[in-house]
Amino acid sequence: MSAPVQHCITTKDVCLWYAKFQALINVTVNIKQGKITSLIGPSGCGKTTLLRCFNRINERYDYVTTRGEIKILGKNIYDEDVSLIELRKKVGMVFQRPNPLPISVYENIVFGLRIHHERSATKQSVLDEAVEKALTEVRLWDDLKDRLDTKATTLQLEQQQKLCIARLLPLKPDIILMDEPCSALDVEGTRAIEELMFELKGRYSIVIVTHNMAQARRASDECIFMLMGELVEHTRTEDLFLTPKNPKTAEYIEGRYG
Amino acid sequence: MARLAAPLDSLLVMPEQVTNKSKRKFNFFDSIEKPTEWFIRLCGWSSIIGIAAIFLFIFKEAAPMLPRLDWVTFFTSPRWIPNPAPGNPASFGALALLVGTFTTTFIALIIAVPVGLGAAVYISEFAKGKVKETLKVVIELLAAIPSIVWGFIGLMVLGPLIKTVFTAAPGSWWGQVMVTLHLASAETGAAQGTNLLTGGVILALMAVPVIVSLSEDALRAVPDSFREAALALGANPWETVRRVLFPAARNGLLAACMLGMGRAVGETMAVLLATGHNNRIPAALTDPVRTMTATIAAEMGETVFGDPHYRVLFILGIVLFAITCSINVASDLIIKGVKKANKA
Ligand SMILES: Nc1ncnc2c1ncn2[C@@H]1O[C@H](COP(=O)(O)OP(=O)(O)OP(=O)(O)O)[C@@H](O)[C@H]1O
Ligand SMILES: [Mg+2]
Repeated sequence: MSAPVQHCITTKDVCLWYAKFQALINVTVNIKQGKITSLIGPSGCGKTTLLRCFNRINERYDYVTTRGEIKILGKNIYDEDVSLIELRKKVGMVFQRPNPLPISVYENIVFGLRIHHERSATKQSVLDEAVEKALTEVRLWDDLKDRLDTKATTLQLEQQQKLCIARLLPLKPDIILMDEPCSALDVEGTRAIEELMFELKGRYSIVIVTHNMAQARRASDECIFMLMGELVEHTRTEDLFLTPKNPKTAEYIEGRYG
Repeated sequence: MARLAAPLDSLLVMPEQVTNKSKRKFNFFDSIEKPTEWFIRLCGWSSIIGIAAIFLFIFKEAAPMLPRLDWVTFFTSPRWIPNPAPGNPASFGALALLVGTFTTTFIALIIAVPVGLGAAVYISEFAKGKVKETLKVVIELLAAIPSIVWGFIGLMVLGPLIKTVFTAAPGSWWGQVMVTLHLASAETGAAQGTNLLTGGVILALMAVPVIVSLSEDALRAVPDSFREAALALGANPWETVRRVLFPAARNGLLAACMLGMGRAVGETMAVLLATGHNNRIPAALTDPVRTMTATIAAEMGETVFGDPHYRVLFILGIVLFAITCSINVASDLIIKGVKKANKA
């Protein structure tokens, strides 16, 4: 028998309501560790909602109710003793519109360190090193090393989005959630982000929501197809696109609705 | 015609082009564009014209006195004796009035800025549903209370309270402590009901609604994506406020505080009633003071038109005008400085 597959996220019968409206219906899924998993489906099917369950950021709206079990690295994140702060350190998120904070590039990257560590633990040298490391990892260091004091919101969109990825890294996350990270970018930017995902994969598990089926096909190892709040199919990307098991999946990838 | 859909935009942006067009073909919107343009231009200029007119008027009344006034005395002496009596020559020393205006404003800001910003943060970031709506309505109501009513509150409610709290028997150790800390007057050890502190607190209560509602607007204008970014990195709400919202809304918050300050400097009726209206330089927090605004309001009626007293009151007006203008300019410069620092 081969080595058992590790799952970074496992959910069981997750249901979610926005007030009275049910946006997720009994979603059960196992997402593999160290892989890129894409979430596809027509607009409004609940991709963003599901992604936002994994770091519990949905809870900032008080009209949201969640039911079911979500385990991240084996731990149920809805347990009483789970600290939201620890969870969000482990599970980073990249948003649809690049949203660097309105402070300098440098401060954006050390933001996580500053809020999670005692002042004494965040010595200048430690911070400097973290900034260089994170920016190098997302291939921004050469472009930005002389402009670390620039306000991050004035960068090009592609750089902003890379910065949004870079600022997760000093916290050493296990999982990176991306919600249509390329939808605000041009072709070049999209390619750059995809390359970056390949480089990060393995060390981090990546879950990416995308509208772009070509992107899902190019960039992901596994693919999840959702429809009307339900999970329809989850297999290896190649299989999903070549031999979809469910007729609804077939219809969607043939472009019948979208 | 796209121009039809947006006649106002087009006339504001490209007046020349529009005029050329109207020569070619008659069109209702084109025909009223020119007058509308002038009307809008006039509205824009009217505020500037208004300010110039106000300044000119005050200046005209004050002008004959400007060369004759003893300016050194005006700025350095607390002797404000507009009506000379035997053995008591006239003297226009406005130092105590300036000190009165600045100290009451200062106390008002020390209280109103933290309270106002705190309340704004609470309303915009923490309060939910009913509580939020109620608070917003209450703040608006507070802003609508006429200043004379605030004066009454100072006189009838806050004053007696402060008097009770700060008065101690002369010679007692507690009285000694109060005097040493400049909380009660050294002369009597007793606090007056209407004094610097009462006036300052009343001004603070009047400035708070201004600061709260403008700061709340500034915080609400911060895009939600910033909050989500910080939360997703594991920041708690307080860290989000301190590290993200304050920097992002800095200009708006500063403007809010400046307007609150403007309200405190310019307030007249409430301070007339609440400060004790006593022309002297305060030695303790509970000494009565007198502000420039209250002096103008109280004395203008008893002056003879055109006499030096009358004209000096207008000079006080010019000084007040200069103070509020410099507050505005200073806040503009600070905001510009902040912007530049952000870009650098
Ligand atoms: N904050 C919210 N409050 C109420 N309803 C919401 C909220 N967010 C999403 N919904 C609803 O939940 C459903 C799922 O939305 P979600 O954003 O998860 O879809 P999505 O698959 O990400 O769509 P898209 O591809 O357009 O991003 C939609 O019908 C949407 O209207
Ligand atoms: Mg979405």
